[in-house]
Amino acid sequence: MTVLIVVLLIAGLLFFVGGTVGILRFPDFYTRQHAAGKMDSLGLMLVTLALALGSLHSYSLEEIFTAIKIMLIMLFIFLASPTATHAIVDAGLRAGLRPWTKEQREE
Amino acid sequence: MALSLYRGIVGPTIMDRLVGVNAIGSKTVALLLLIGLIYQRLDMFVDIALAYAMLNFIAVIAAARYFHKRRELGKEISLELPKD
Repeated sequence: MTVLIVVLLIAGLLFFVGGTVGILRFPDFYTRQHAAGKMDSLGLMLVTLALALGSLHSYSLEEIFTAIKIMLIMLFIFLASPTATHAIVDAGLRAGLRPWTKEQREE
Repeated sequence: MALSLYRGIVGPTIMDRLVGVNAIGSKTVALLLLIGLIYQRLDMFVDIALAYAMLNFIAVIAAARYFHKRRELGKEISLELPKD
């Protein structure tokens, strides 16, 4: 069981690191938000999944409630993170931010 | 965490700062959960992490709603947008 938890946690952290590198490296706002949004939702979901399993030591009623609550966080993140990403990109688009195109590479 | 803070500070446009702050917010949620696991008081920290996730979400939505009204951001966009 603990091996599973560690594997999940490492995968979650891997996505976090990948997303952060994506935020820094990408040339344009839209690509950065693409990386950030992906990182947020998936990384957090993996971490919450790992912690939900991690908290289930003794299968007592109280442990199960905590695990369910962590699952609720995962559900909320699953709903909220893409919406937030959409809101940001929509705001950026309306505010007149031109998406990065290939011929702008010389800039 | 520090890297997305870097993006939050340096980000050329306001929207990049929003990306940085959003990234930090979601990382803090994961950090809170991990701290809860370490101190064996997960049920207390789960509530804090849930509240923080919601607050982060609302803040990002509010900031996005606010910033899309201003026009001088970056170069003028060519594609026609439905005027809200």
